[in-house]
Amino acid sequence: MGMDRRNFLKAAAGGTLAATCAAPVEAREKREMPQGAVGLLFDGTLCIGCRACMSACKAENDLAPEFNEIEGSTYWDAPLDISGHTINIIKAYVGGDSDEKDTLDGYAFTKLSCFHCVDASCVSCCPVGAMTKDSVSGIVSHSKDACIGCRYCVAACPFGVPRFTYDQTFPYIAKCQLCKHRMAEGKYAACAEVCPTGATLYGPVKELKKEIARRKALTPGTETEFPRGHIGSSDTFVGPVAKYIDHVWGEKEIGGTQVLHLSAVPFDKLDKKPLPDVAPANVSESLQGRIYHGMIAPIAFLGALVLVAKRSAKALGEAGEPDHTQAGDRKGE
Amino acid sequence: MAGSDAHPAPAPLGGKLITPWTVFLGLLSLIGLFFIGKRLIFGIGAVSNINDGYPWGIWMVYDLVIGAALSCGGFAMALVVYVFNKGRYHPLVRPALLASLFGYTLAATSLFFDLGRYWNFWHVFWPRYAQVNSVIFELAVCMTAYILVMWIEFTPTVMEKFGMYGLRKKLEKWLFFFIALGVLLPAMHQSSLGSMLVIFGEQIHPLWQTPVLPLLFLISCLAMGYSMVIFEASVSSVGFRRPLEMDIFSGVGQVLKWFLIAYLVARFGDLIWRGALGYAFVPGIRSVMFWIENILVVIPLVLLWTPRLRRNPQKLFLAAVAMALQGMIYRINCYFTAYVTGDGWNYFPSLPEMMVSLGFIAMEILAFIIVVRLLPVLPAQEPAPKAAAAS
Repeated sequence: MGMDRRNFLKAAAGGTLAATCAAPVEAREKREMPQGAVGLLFDGTLCIGCRACMSACKAENDLAPEFNEIEGSTYWDAPLDISGHTINIIKAYVGGDSDEKDTLDGYAFTKLSCFHCVDASCVSCCPVGAMTKDSVSGIVSHSKDACIGCRYCVAACPFGVPRFTYDQTFPYIAKCQLCKHRMAEGKYAACAEVCPTGATLYGPVKELKKEIARRKALTPGTETEFPRGHIGSSDTFVGPVAKYIDHVWGEKEIGGTQVLHLSAVPFDKLDKKPLPDVAPANVSESLQGRIYHGMIAPIAFLGALVLVAKRSAKALGEAGEPDHTQAGDRKGE
Repeated sequence: MAGSDAHPAPAPLGGKLITPWTVFLGLLSLIGLFFIGKRLIFGIGAVSNINDGYPWGIWMVYDLVIGAALSCGGFAMALVVYVFNKGRYHPLVRPALLASLFGYTLAATSLFFDLGRYWNFWHVFWPRYAQVNSVIFELAVCMTAYILVMWIEFTPTVMEKFGMYGLRKKLEKWLFFFIALGVLLPAMHQSSLGSMLVIFGEQIHPLWQTPVLPLLFLISCLAMGYSMVIFEASVSSVGFRRPLEMDIFSGVGQVLKWFLIAYLVARFGDLIWRGALGYAFVPGIRSVMFWIENILVVIPLVLLWTPRLRRNPQKLFLAAVAMALQGMIYRINCYFTAYVTGDGWNYFPSLPEMMVSLGFIAMEILAFIIVVRLLPVLPAQEPAPKAAAAS
């Protein structure tokens, strides 16, 4: 034997381990928001719970009504959550008997639709690139034509946003795509367009963040003008400034999102459990990157295995040495 | 003589193919196929209880994640025989490989029917669609490649049956390459079955969510592989009325022991290092399941501790069953118990859903029985093998 087997195995294993664990492959860098990112600002203190946004969303995205659990009723679309047929919903928090809005023992409204994450788990985990993030607008889109229906995105999304139509013979994933099909016609997100109080506001994320800063700097109780529809709109709604909590949902969650929420009650009351700042997509891709970077470690490991397997196979009479055919003949009798 | 190893050459078992057992397995397979048909016509929801809170049910977690791990016998034996050059275990390679071959093929088939848009499945292998950051991409490509490799590794057995010795000799010249792939590929995708959960982030409880998931899944699948080799041989020896070669199997038990120790060190070392062990003492379903999962590692470890214990077929069998169960519960915990999916969601598999999984298991066992009766897989027995198997 040329090289001592044990030493060789050790070297091979050591090399693979080193390439896997200690290689200079850093964690993947943090994703930045695209320059032209657009999104929504949802200010729960302005929402009156009229659900006009839900109605407009269904009309503009051709979604079927859901006659949910309101017993015996087929009169109106009454989804209780987002689903394969509902991609935007307004939910209410009720904390106590008080009829005062935006208080802990009163009630409050919140919205759930895709947050269009800067570093989206669904984009990272989709095996066929059906989930994509636009490099300019940052909109996270879904392609039914590419999708294989594995539902990894449904399972992985920290916001529980992508949904699946289990009731269909030919099922598909449904999620908000920020009405990107309307943008081609010069329009914008339908939910923001129809919102009567400007609670849902569409615009470039940079501008939305300035508007958030402006609202938070105002004195609670004073009146101010809130733009309706999209940022910079001359169509405004005049109302009182709420006492915002010091947390903008989506600013840091999961590495940041393009849909931002303002509220006067803590977000954990609004079905928004605390989330880490680090994107799980980054953790996952860094780990995979460490193992598979340039396929160096797997190829080195394979090389070692080939050499070792060849020797062992030979020793076992499996490598086709001269007398083996006879042995085979004998066996075959 | 067949080289330096003095093992009996593999030979077909022979015997009847139609027995009450095979008929029963055939019926189970048909019931499973019926519900697969229903799923194809009326959609997944008509058969399965999965929902948006639990988008992955037993077809994913049992058939694929657990099924593939239970099929690691071929991987585990290849590692011992070809990498660590322990030739005396060579007679175990063929039956283990065959069981793995069917296990993996059916895991992949079952995954195909679990895909909502199965007609697009080829996108995973198509450069225009393939998304390399996805752990499922790695899994799909690597598992498919491994299934092909196992079929290639198994062809010499088929060639032997049909007397194609010239062709077999040509193939065997290159077999070492496929043997090497047959160790690399499962090492890659079995660890990926753990990595798949990393992107779930805080949706997986800290007792299970860790960057060493791939390592734990890898050690665990090998331990399960050795257990299944012992389990399948024990069952075969009873079912086909053949003696169990305790010399060899107590050796497998010893290998298993070392994997159990490695697993415990990695599992608890990680929990202590991350400071997450405290959660194991918070009352609730998660801590209970955590302790069941880990006590099931300690049981086989105790059963396998001394050479005397390992030579006892009952103890060895019990240890193998405990360890296989442990691997199943570990995976169920990772994918279900640990999954923090939000309030109001429930999942328990429906009867038709379970019948599909059972149907696949039945098909696998049925195929194994048929093949070992017709092809030279199991080592020939000294006293007239055909008479012993003709029961």
